[in-house]
Amino acid sequence: MISPSNMRLWGIIRKEAWQIVRDPSSIAIAFVMPVVLLYLFGYGISLNAKDIPLGLVADKPDLITQSLQGSFERSEFFNLMTFNSIQEAQLAVDERLIDGIVWMRSNFSSNLQAGLDAPINIIINGVDSNQANITNGYIQGVWQAWLTHFAESKGVELSQTVQIKQRVWFNAALSSRMYLVPGVIVIIMTIIGSLLTAMVVAREWERGTMEALMVTPLRMKEMLVGKLIPYFILGMASMFLSLALAVWQFEVPLRGSFWIVIVTSALFMLVSLMIGLLISIVSKNQFVAGQLAIIITFLPAFILSGFLFDINSMPTAIQAVTLIVPSRYFVSLLQTLFLAGDVWPVIIPNSLVLLAMLIFFYVIVLRKFKKRLE
Amino acid sequence: MSDAALKLSSVSKLFESHGRVIKALDDVSFEIQAGKVTGLIGPDGAGKTTLMRLISGLLVPASGAIEVVGIDVISDPLAVQSQLGYMPQRFGLYDDLTVQQNLDLYADLQNIAYKDRQPRFDQLMNMTGMSPFTKRLAGNLSGGMKQKLGLACTLLRSPKLLILDEPTVGVDPVSRRELWEIIYQQVSQVGMSVLLSTAYMDEAERCDEVVLLHEGKLLMQGKPKDLSQPLSGRTFHISVEGVRHRTLQQVLSNAPDVLDALIEGEGVRVVMEQVVDAKAIVLPQVLTQETHGTVSIDPVKPRFEDAFIARLKTKSTITQQTTIAPLSVSSSADKAVISVDNLTRTFGEFIAVNKISFNVKKGEVFGLLGANGAGKSTAFRMLCGLLPVSSGKVSVAGLDLRVAAADARRRIGYMAQKFSLYSDLSVTQNLNFFSSAYGLSGKQQKQRLAWAITTFELENYKNTNAGNLPLGYKQRLSFAAALMHEPEILFLDEPTSGVDPLARREFWERTNHLAEMGVTILVTTHFMDEANYCDHLVIMEAGRILAAGTPLDMKNLARNDEQPDPSMEDAFIYLLNSNDQKHQAVIA
Repeated sequence: MISPSNMRLWGIIRKEAWQIVRDPSSIAIAFVMPVVLLYLFGYGISLNAKDIPLGLVADKPDLITQSLQGSFERSEFFNLMTFNSIQEAQLAVDERLIDGIVWMRSNFSSNLQAGLDAPINIIINGVDSNQANITNGYIQGVWQAWLTHFAESKGVELSQTVQIKQRVWFNAALSSRMYLVPGVIVIIMTIIGSLLTAMVVAREWERGTMEALMVTPLRMKEMLVGKLIPYFILGMASMFLSLALAVWQFEVPLRGSFWIVIVTSALFMLVSLMIGLLISIVSKNQFVAGQLAIIITFLPAFILSGFLFDINSMPTAIQAVTLIVPSRYFVSLLQTLFLAGDVWPVIIPNSLVLLAMLIFFYVIVLRKFKKRLE
Repeated sequence: MSDAALKLSSVSKLFESHGRVIKALDDVSFEIQAGKVTGLIGPDGAGKTTLMRLISGLLVPASGAIEVVGIDVISDPLAVQSQLGYMPQRFGLYDDLTVQQNLDLYADLQNIAYKDRQPRFDQLMNMTGMSPFTKRLAGNLSGGMKQKLGLACTLLRSPKLLILDEPTVGVDPVSRRELWEIIYQQVSQVGMSVLLSTAYMDEAERCDEVVLLHEGKLLMQGKPKDLSQPLSGRTFHISVEGVRHRTLQQVLSNAPDVLDALIEGEGVRVVMEQVVDAKAIVLPQVLTQETHGTVSIDPVKPRFEDAFIARLKTKSTITQQTTIAPLSVSSSADKAVISVDNLTRTFGEFIAVNKISFNVKKGEVFGLLGANGAGKSTAFRMLCGLLPVSSGKVSVAGLDLRVAAADARRRIGYMAQKFSLYSDLSVTQNLNFFSSAYGLSGKQQKQRLAWAITTFELENYKNTNAGNLPLGYKQRLSFAAALMHEPEILFLDEPTSGVDPLARREFWERTNHLAEMGVTILVTTHFMDEANYCDHLVIMEAGRILAAGTPLDMKNLARNDEQPDPSMEDAFIYLLNSNDQKHQAVIA
């Protein structure tokens, strides 16, 4: 025999499920949006410089300049165009055909062979400073590699005393996709947990169905749990889809344990759901709930979570603000779990903060969600 | 424990809004007996909905006690909620779920045992006549069917006390009758107690008992008959041959001894201040002097509405209109101001308006009647030029408003069904805006503004935001806004929907006055009794005109031995039924 309380709970869960199935927009948010966002961030947006259009000018072409040119051509970072004079190349920069120029003056080869300092001139379009830095770095890289190679071939030790050997950990290729994809998962879960939930509960207030539910013997806890379960399942389903895409489609390594990813995701999902519920209780209006959810959860998840912008390079005041953004903790959890592995010193504190937030919001929701119209 | 289904003792409820404390309910005490239908009536804002929410435990009173079937609501709302069924004004049906899914949900929430469900569903669906529609989405049901489904959901567990908040607002007359049948069936079969609020006085009359609320206070409680009893000897039906009923009403309502005058049939129903003999009634001189027709004054049985008005009118602030329009028997010009010829409008496959034709003369009140979805609003929008016609011709004041210059629009006034003024602007700002939108400015604008404020008694609300006005005042403001530029033709779309009888009376008084001054008025309504105010009317159903003529013509159609004196509603139902039979005959 099913208990009265479970029957009511089941009634709410079933109703929500029917509504989700009937409403194409919630299905779209749960299953189409993750795919679109992942593809967008996985392929479309790249914070790496690749195929940078680069101009090359050799005032006096010879074998040495051709060898350097070959190095640039072989590099996957550049799309090389050669120009006969620096003026032509500068014009190309003005027209934004190329983003930078490597200029070998007429005395380049002779100086180099004489063992003298043989500089190349680098001109970079600095409109996008970030891009300019990256371009500069890549040019330096190619130049250093070529120089070493050149010296070896001549049997000469390079005159440089200190050489920097770089080793990048966790994301050796420095591919932005590797850390963007886990971040996108955070965004997706924020949208489902807070935005979708805030809207659907506000809808009940707006359409007057809440009043009818309230006069039934339904307890508020049953209502709360009945609302949470279907959206929790929807959010986790979307999470699995994103996870599968991340690992198999975008080849982001999952170095941490699968189960820890699931447990921390569930934790974050619950925090998001609580915030969504709270927003809808306070606003009781779909439009306001939507706006609030975007401002309170979605935008911070984008800007302040460390998903796109490094928290450590933010002004101190803003860094302090990020401390109350739940997605911040989940971004650092997911990025660590994906790229580094089960690093307990990261997992434990971040999970604890999320757990504390969950309890905090649960208490507030229980207090605010009364079976009264006032 | 008494056998009272509901007991309220000195219940008060305060609301705070914009720093002001409003007493929504003030020391209300009453009891309702088990197995009775009790009507909760009162003007808008009297506190009816607040009272119902208090009883259901959705609100907590500031003081006082409420007991439902012996259980204290304040200390144990959940126990009460498992004993009562409450249908809010906007019943909480899920439009995106089917009829069956809505029933399943409420069965779960009401803890109906699974084995008992199917028989109960079948029973309720049969009773409401909705068995064929269980798979339909609730959002696709008509207004009347939605109400019936809402009622079915509340009745799933046969509550001991059933609370219905305005269950019949916006529901067509046929569905209204069905709803009442269902309610009485429940009362007689299971001994359910019912408390329902209504704005329809004829419905109040059908209750076993009524409770009248006004401004948060209990004014009276008793059997409708007992309440109207004190008025016997004070109600008469007066008609004067050769005097139009509208004129007659205006003259009579301004007569000194008359408390209320209401158009009824071809004459006027009056409520006198005191008990008088029919022969002792002296009509105002204008009526006896200018016409030589027979004057007939017949005593009639008092109705509940008379009691309601008599009780509230003395308390209300309606000032009598001092201007009396010149008496005229026939309208000045017989030229058609509005002419509609074979007007049709289709939306895809669906024919919303199907070849309708009619003419409206100058100074006439012309009514467009019909249930929800009959095509009234669509026809209306085409007339106002808001919607292109699919075929047929429309001319208003000789013009097609769809292509006419803006100047032509100055000649018409339009009052939309929904409150379409700016909620966050004050009354004065709204009137200023709408008058400038019609090109009024300077001294003229000031004059019209002053006129609107005095005529519609908006002085006290001048600086109140339109959104915070009581419903009746919102309607006044909309009406005033439509009249700022003194239009010759007035379009009124469901102007009295959801408005209480007092406000409706006031509204019609003003409308009649305008018509007497030569303004042509086209009005849609689903209140059948309001059809009596019209000179001519058409009844629409499924996009077609079922009948056209004067109110008397309509009623004559339904007159037979069983119904010697049919009301407008009887006529409407008769027309619908005979139309259905015709359809069936065609199909067969």
